[in-house]
Amino acid sequence: MKKFALFFAAAVSIIAVSCKSDDDSTPEVTPVSVDLNFTHNWDGSNIENADFETTQYTNANGEELTLSKIVYLISDVTFTNSAGESFDAGDYNLVNVREEDNLTFTPGIQIPPGDYTVSFTFGFDDEDNIDAVYPDLNQTPEGSWGVPMMMGGGYHYMRLEGRFLDNTSTITGFQYHAIRANDQSTTPVTLQDTSIPVTLGQVTIGDNTTIEVKMNAAEWFKNPNQWDLNALPGMLMPNFAAQIMISENGASVFSLGAVTQ
Amino acid sequence: MRYLVVASILSSFLFFSCSEKDDGYTPTPVSLEIPQLFGQLLLPPTIPSDNPLTAEGIALGKKLFYDPILSADGTQACATCHDPQAAFSDTRKFSIGIDGIEGTRNSMPLFNLAWNSNQNFFWDGRANSLENQALEPVENPIEMHNTWGNATAELQATANYPELFSKAFGTDVITKSLVTKAIAQFEMTLISANSKFDKYLLGEATLTESESNGIAVFMDETRGDCFHCHGDPNSPLWTDNTFHNNGLDATITDLGLGGFSGDPREFGLFKSPSLRNLAYTAPYMHDGRFQTLDEVINHYSEGLVYSETIDPLMKKVSEGGVHLTEEDKADLKAFLLTLSEPGFRNNPDFQNPN
Ligand code: HEC
Ligand code: HEC
Repeated sequence: MKKFALFFAAAVSIIAVSCKSDDDSTPEVTPVSVDLNFTHNWDGSNIENADFETTQYTNANGEELTLSKIVYLISDVTFTNSAGESFDAGDYNLVNVREEDNLTFTPGIQIPPGDYTVSFTFGFDDEDNIDAVYPDLNQTPEGSWGVPMMMGGGYHYMRLEGRFLDNTSTITGFQYHAIRANDQSTTPVTLQDTSIPVTLGQVTIGDNTTIEVKMNAAEWFKNPNQWDLNALPGMLMPNFAAQIMISENGASVFSLGAVTQ
Repeated sequence: MRYLVVASILSSFLFFSCSEKDDGYTPTPVSLEIPQLFGQLLLPPTIPSDNPLTAEGIALGKKLFYDPILSADGTQACATCHDPQAAFSDTRKFSIGIDGIEGTRNSMPLFNLAWNSNQNFFWDGRANSLENQALEPVENPIEMHNTWGNATAELQATANYPELFSKAFGTDVITKSLVTKAIAQFEMTLISANSKFDKYLLGEATLTESESNGIAVFMDETRGDCFHCHGDPNSPLWTDNTFHNNGLDATITDLGLGGFSGDPREFGLFKSPSLRNLAYTAPYMHDGRFQTLDEVINHYSEGLVYSETIDPLMKKVSEGGVHLTEEDKADLKAFLLTLSEPGFRNNPDFQNPN
């Protein structure tokens, strides 16, 4: 399993809180790293390798579908303490659900144990979504993760693909690709950052903490926009309105799962 | 978030650095000269830690690649089916082995193999390294139909090979492992990154109007949508080095990846070929069914056929595809041809040394 480069690991400044040796009341605090564990479900039933292409799901619109691929990028995992101080390694992770690649991710930063609000970005926000600059995204095990320059360049946020039974009872492929919204009818192309800020909630970080991040894939098709695969089976990348809808639906996709110490 | 890009300006293909020891012979380490675009955009090449490149290893590998001694009757070399003039592929639909028997798959071109970071070789990915790949054709009954015992014994009995192995690997005992290591070293030096399109990306060439519309068709999700599998200007291998069913047949006969993995979900999936050097690698597809690029483009435009494992990226399959206009087809072809590199075929470093 390929680990994605942690560009800033070396540059991270470690916050070490040291105490006077004669002060017994405050123990020395060693900064810790935190593991994120990505799990995936369809309205509660787990999605694992064996489910791809086989398990049939029904989306909110009543369409029967199977999944063939869920690959997505998350970035900027951020830990914010009660004082409002935030810790962010600025790195990213490309999860491939079917291939079980990078289901566990350790952001390249160490933080003092304590209580934090944990958040991350689904995709890349505009600050990070820079065309061509990440070799391990130009050449992933699945090929290029890039977005064509005519759609503003940068990188995909997600490729969710599969097959559904369309309204002529034909099995039809769908490609639910999330990228930065772009409108090529204007010059220059109009871009809107549709990456999704996800706040998981409050977590107590100890020596050996693993945080489960749950994706409910059914939510991509549900709320607030009930997705009609017959109307929008694919070619979503150059579709500005579709990208806005994807981004809106993504707000309820991720949630905090088990936290183990 | 930025990378420091150190672009090599060395013009020689290989960079040799000498290191000699007093006692015994030490082979000369070689670093691949990484093409500027690959260095900027891609991961470093995959060189196995137990098979570092050396000048002697590469030279030996090249000699072996072109030497029919590896086949049972001394008539067929790797190069017989991997001809440099065809970008190290075969112009036949199916190559013919030493017994006159045809294979069932089209020979594959050989270049940029060190950048296949997935390390999956053959149309179905069944070899996990170049070294392991090279074990196969020698014993394949419809190819070189030899045994490794016989091949290494013959090499051992020659006047020159034991010394060449000694120089490359420090031993004159010839084994199949050393033979395949040497061949793999040579194969890793087969780099193609100097096509017209590469020069265009480097600001050294301009595209015609037809070629620029062609890349737009290639990159447009509503028209060609080729980039999801075959790379893009930021991923200039022009392949994803992974497997798909691109809608060739309603009934799958060659199981491809699924035949190797046993997984029915992978029946009929084949490795996406690189689109570099298409000008020299006809016929196309795993079974060489298409003679021309026009046939390939017509396939994607209106010839798609449904089967259970067809890739969801194949659109409007019930209509055969997205139906490109004749102009878009011609432009797409013009663009594809900008990915071919005439100099690759005739690179003096790659020719038969025997
Ligand atoms: C009789 C013709 C023939 C001979 C001889 C032959 N090959 Fe091949 N080669 C093929 C065919 C056909 C394929 C594709 C086979 C498949 O996918 O099952 C192939 C595939 C390959 C590949 C895989 C490339 C990729 O991108 O996955 C490599 C590498 C290769 N051959 C190297 C060699 C070497 C080295 C030798 C000599 C030891 C050799 N071949 C001898 C016909 C031949
Ligand atoms: C879903 C992934 C996918 C997409 C999208 C795709 N291809 Fe392919 N392509 C493949 C695969 C896989 C093969 C090999 C199939 C086989 O031989 O069974 C292939 C083969 C080819 C070949 C033959 C190359 C050779 O050396 O034999 C060409 C040329 C080609 N594709 C061009 C294109 C063009 C042009 C487009 C866009 C119109 C395109 N492809 C879209 C996956 C794809």
